[in-house]
Amino acid sequence: MSDTAAGWLQAAVLVAALALSYRPLGDHLARVLGGGPHWRVERLLYRAAGVNEDTDQRWPVYLRSLLAFSAVSVLFLYAFLRLQDRLPLSLGRAAVPPDLAFNTAASFATNTDWQAYAGETVPGHLVQMAGLAVQNFVSAAVGMAVAAALIRGFTRKRTRCVGNFWTDLTRLVLRVLLPLALLSAVVLVAAGVVQNLHGPLGITTLAGGHQSLPGGPVASQEAIKVLGTNGGGFFNANSAHPFENPSGLTNLIEIYLMLVIPVALPRTFGALAGDHRQGYVIVAVMALLWAGSVALTTANELHRVSSPAGHAAGAMLEGKETRFGIWSSALFAVSTTLTSCGAVNSAHDSYTPGGGGMTLFAMMLGEIAPGGAGSGLYGILVLAVITVFVAGLMVGRTPEYLGKKLRGQEMRYASLYLLTTPALVLTGTGLAMAFPGERAAMRNPGPHGFSEVLYALTSAANNNGSAFAGLAADTVWYNTVLGVVMLLGRFLPVVFVLALAGSLAGQQPVPVTAGTLPTHRPQFAGLLTGVVLIVVALTYFPALALGPLAEGLH
Amino acid sequence: MAAPEAGRRPHRAAGGLLNPRQLARSFPDALRKLDPRAMYRNPVMFVVEVGAVLTTLSAIRAPGVFPWVITGWLWLTVVFANLAEAVAEGRGKAQAAALRRTKTTVTARRLTGWRPGGADAVEEEVPGTGLRPGDHVVVEAGQLIPGDGDVVEGIASVDESAITGESAPVIRESGGDRSAVTGGTKVLSDRIVVRITARPGETFIDRMIALVEGAARQKTPNEIALNILLASLTIIFLIAVVTLQPFAVFAGAEQPLVVLVALLVALIPTTIGALLPAIGIAGMDRLVQRNVLAMSGRAVEAAGDVNTLLLDKTGTITLGNRQAAAFLPVPGVDVEDLADAAHLSSLADETPEGRSIAVLAKQQYALRARGEGELAGAAFVPFTAQSRMSGVDLDVPQGRRSLRKGAATAVMRWVRDNGGHPTDDVGHVVDGISASGGTPLVVGQVTRRGAAPPDARVLGVIHLKDVVKEGMRDRFGRLRRMGIRTIMITGDNPLTARAIAQEAGVDDFLAEAAPEDKMALIRREQESGALVAMTGDGTNDAPALAQADVGVAMNTGTSAAKEAGNMVDLDSNPTKLIEIVEIGKQLLITRGALTTFSIANDVAKYFAIIPAMFASVHPGLDRLNLMRLHSPTSAITSAIVFNALIIVALIPLALRGVRYRPSSAAELLRRNIWRYGLGGLVLPFLGIKLLDLVLQFVPGLR
Repeated sequence: MSDTAAGWLQAAVLVAALALSYRPLGDHLARVLGGGPHWRVERLLYRAAGVNEDTDQRWPVYLRSLLAFSAVSVLFLYAFLRLQDRLPLSLGRAAVPPDLAFNTAASFATNTDWQAYAGETVPGHLVQMAGLAVQNFVSAAVGMAVAAALIRGFTRKRTRCVGNFWTDLTRLVLRVLLPLALLSAVVLVAAGVVQNLHGPLGITTLAGGHQSLPGGPVASQEAIKVLGTNGGGFFNANSAHPFENPSGLTNLIEIYLMLVIPVALPRTFGALAGDHRQGYVIVAVMALLWAGSVALTTANELHRVSSPAGHAAGAMLEGKETRFGIWSSALFAVSTTLTSCGAVNSAHDSYTPGGGGMTLFAMMLGEIAPGGAGSGLYGILVLAVITVFVAGLMVGRTPEYLGKKLRGQEMRYASLYLLTTPALVLTGTGLAMAFPGERAAMRNPGPHGFSEVLYALTSAANNNGSAFAGLAADTVWYNTVLGVVMLLGRFLPVVFVLALAGSLAGQQPVPVTAGTLPTHRPQFAGLLTGVVLIVVALTYFPALALGPLAEGLH
Repeated sequence: MAAPEAGRRPHRAAGGLLNPRQLARSFPDALRKLDPRAMYRNPVMFVVEVGAVLTTLSAIRAPGVFPWVITGWLWLTVVFANLAEAVAEGRGKAQAAALRRTKTTVTARRLTGWRPGGADAVEEEVPGTGLRPGDHVVVEAGQLIPGDGDVVEGIASVDESAITGESAPVIRESGGDRSAVTGGTKVLSDRIVVRITARPGETFIDRMIALVEGAARQKTPNEIALNILLASLTIIFLIAVVTLQPFAVFAGAEQPLVVLVALLVALIPTTIGALLPAIGIAGMDRLVQRNVLAMSGRAVEAAGDVNTLLLDKTGTITLGNRQAAAFLPVPGVDVEDLADAAHLSSLADETPEGRSIAVLAKQQYALRARGEGELAGAAFVPFTAQSRMSGVDLDVPQGRRSLRKGAATAVMRWVRDNGGHPTDDVGHVVDGISASGGTPLVVGQVTRRGAAPPDARVLGVIHLKDVVKEGMRDRFGRLRRMGIRTIMITGDNPLTARAIAQEAGVDDFLAEAAPEDKMALIRREQESGALVAMTGDGTNDAPALAQADVGVAMNTGTSAAKEAGNMVDLDSNPTKLIEIVEIGKQLLITRGALTTFSIANDVAKYFAIIPAMFASVHPGLDRLNLMRLHSPTSAITSAIVFNALIIVALIPLALRGVRYRPSSAAELLRRNIWRYGLGGLVLPFLGIKLLDLVLQFVPGLR
């Protein structure tokens, strides 16, 4: 089969698989989040944690619970990393230095999984399994809980309560993430991903050289790494490593797993809102942006051979695994940057300026197409709120979305949400570019070097976690700044989304009439897509002009 | 009351087109508004002003044509924004001045110890400003009414042209729903005693002046929400521009302050930011031009959101009176004979119903009016509450003929009393008319010839019905397309109500409605999330007017009603609610359209400015110079000049409002997206290119 045919085929299989799981998974999530009886094991957990599972929380209480939980997660992970040399299964690895421990703790608790370290040398097996992997589960659940609270804001009326964080978290982990991760891990093991508790295995090669073969509980971590849109690799090479991602099949499975939950969540939104068409519109916008990005990136990689290595090889294969080739690498790269996953199977740094720029642009969209687990849905819903506001004015009414009016209060929270990430990205990059020491961390000169810094800050602020490579980011400055940016980039938007949810939940919905802006039609999908693209393009155009555009245009 | 559709609009200012004199007149005001203490209320334009100050300082330190040109146009941008607001306010100011002229000091004739019917009141002369609520004053023909109040004694014709612009006098009388008088209006005839209800300085005219002048202007909820969005976009662009400098330094193309400020001003939504206040003021002004006074901008906005419209049947949906629609003879009687009899019996009937019978007879059966001479010995019998019928007695050859028309029971009894035996057919016809919501009038005839027993019989029935005003069905259809439900309120029985509701095409009706039912209906609608609008004039409408989200009080109504509503219609035309809703919608659409336009504009400006800034170090970026602008300086100047001129160009649109045609939301949106979204995307490409073609010849900008 030709590369082109295989490329089209894998994209078709991926889309078909996602379409198949859209309804069952979305409906399952709706049932999990929609209430219903507690499981016995859940009740035991609630008793142990001292949680009253039957209370409903007002949004500030929900937020406090979430922040407390995340703060404990960060502190726990930090202590774990600092003390790992005294714990079992550490493979004799040293304690992690404070700045790197902070960066990593912030990174995993915020679902970013930015890694300023190499998986082979820094964390031992226990930290991987009991520290990082646990955060992979709960940080994904936290994002989905926030999405659930926002949906409740739309569907509830005249209440300030948006659900119970502890039950949301517990249910999402126990009823969604654990079963799916278990299933995926078994599939991955069957497809060749390693799973053991070995340390590095020293072997002598036929040629007489020495080689160290790493081992570890890789498949179990790989499953939740992609399923929870985390992206932190067991090994430094992440999904380019043959033990994490051995074949084209596992590659496709991993792409599917990172997309499956964010893609299904609009169904949950439609189901809980009582109108599936609302979900279709959202997922259509996500699909449109995703398909466009895939097409542009793949076309750039196929037809715009630009680097000397590319010219020598006849194709842009530098930094890409030959077992994946251009099609599978581009598909993975776009999916991982659009989902806030951040796992990588190729070096985005080595892409064409257009392709690399697309991965950067994909993150700048704000992780909404389809975005991270939960964060994708709440991100696109906030943008939908902004779209409804502007479009709603144009039909001559105080704008309303799903019957909820968008007044000053709602617009305040939506605007603050809109403002946060660009402020973090641009301020962070501006600071890095202003300090000569931080500029020195770039390994490339000119626009490409600038893209590396811009990419790092964009990845951190959007909680993506992928790296452009080429930037020596394990310095005290970058560890600290990126750690802070990740925390702010995660929790400030969460504050605004929960406040928005509370404000929406307090309203009495307005009846739908012929004068109401319809938000379930292709017209609205087109409008939302336009608003997303224009807002992002206007915000980042100057920065992009000096990075990928300056590099790519001749 | 002015005829509904023909109501003159004396205050209407010249259409949308901007009059250069108006601009010149408002210019000093625009300069006065440069005061930063006033500017900070408008965050977008405040940023432009700060930017202009910065570039001024920078141009002083490093003078040159380019920095000074940019600085000049930045200041002009701010001035143009202020000009938009000043022009909008200017229209109101002219009106306020006219109103002030009517506020000449009046001497009031205060009555101390006035009591209804009492004659022992002491009269004294006090200045009009010395009146307090509860005082009684007497006003006679030729005098100005010294303050707002209710007539408590007498009836007078009053010239209210000072506030309504309508020169025909109106009747004001004690009691009932036409008792309110306004200070500054003139009594033309008779003598009335008025109880003052407003403190000096808080009278209707005072409030009107404050409203049209915009003195009491506050930001409306939607304006606040939009301002939040615009402010946050401004902050995003501020960050984008400020952080651009370190990027530029790294790229080896450090930017002068002037260029960075120019980029910022080009990006922030100045078009909508500049026109936002003017749009709001102009919206209120459009209401004033239609002789409606909104007590707050909030009320105008709420009007655009209305889901449910409550309309009184009588006077709003139907003409005030019932009219004859058909003559229905009993078997054996010729319809022409019935029409003739009905006509004769109504000749002296001056009630609107009576006149309508004559009109119908004339139109359908060509019966002409007969002069008195033609009718021998005619003796007209007027309607009384006891007899409940009216008619005529005539001489006929060898006898006398009596014709009566009136309520079915009354006429039937009269026929029976004269020995007639009305058949059951009459009863059927009468019931049929009642069932269809009409009013039956039975026509009976008794002929006496000599000593013979009189010939008494029923000739037939006149079908009177409520006549729905012309065009109402269309209007309700339009409202339905806008998503607004209409509910007719009537005191009629449900049967009648249903028939009229069907004919008029309203969505629902409330029959046998008492004032408290109206209140309950409003509450019920509001519970379900709907916004309710209604009109009212009577004192018993006041609670409902206050409860409704948009309550339009008729100027002819009581002062209680005018206090309770949040709008007053000076023409007292209840159907104007529909126009008010349209103006409310138009206001929001104008804001949305210009916001979209403003944001879409940015795309072209980026393509002008970014290549100009960086093509020197990254020549590839010159490919983004899609417009092929002449040079970096001419490109940036063109963008800034366009940005400033578009504000002036759009002032007329902001004042006039975006054209609004009632249609579904999806249709409206499609039209406005194409016009203002796509237009906003394309127009600046053309505009900037054209400006560049000219500016490239300016020395120093080449």
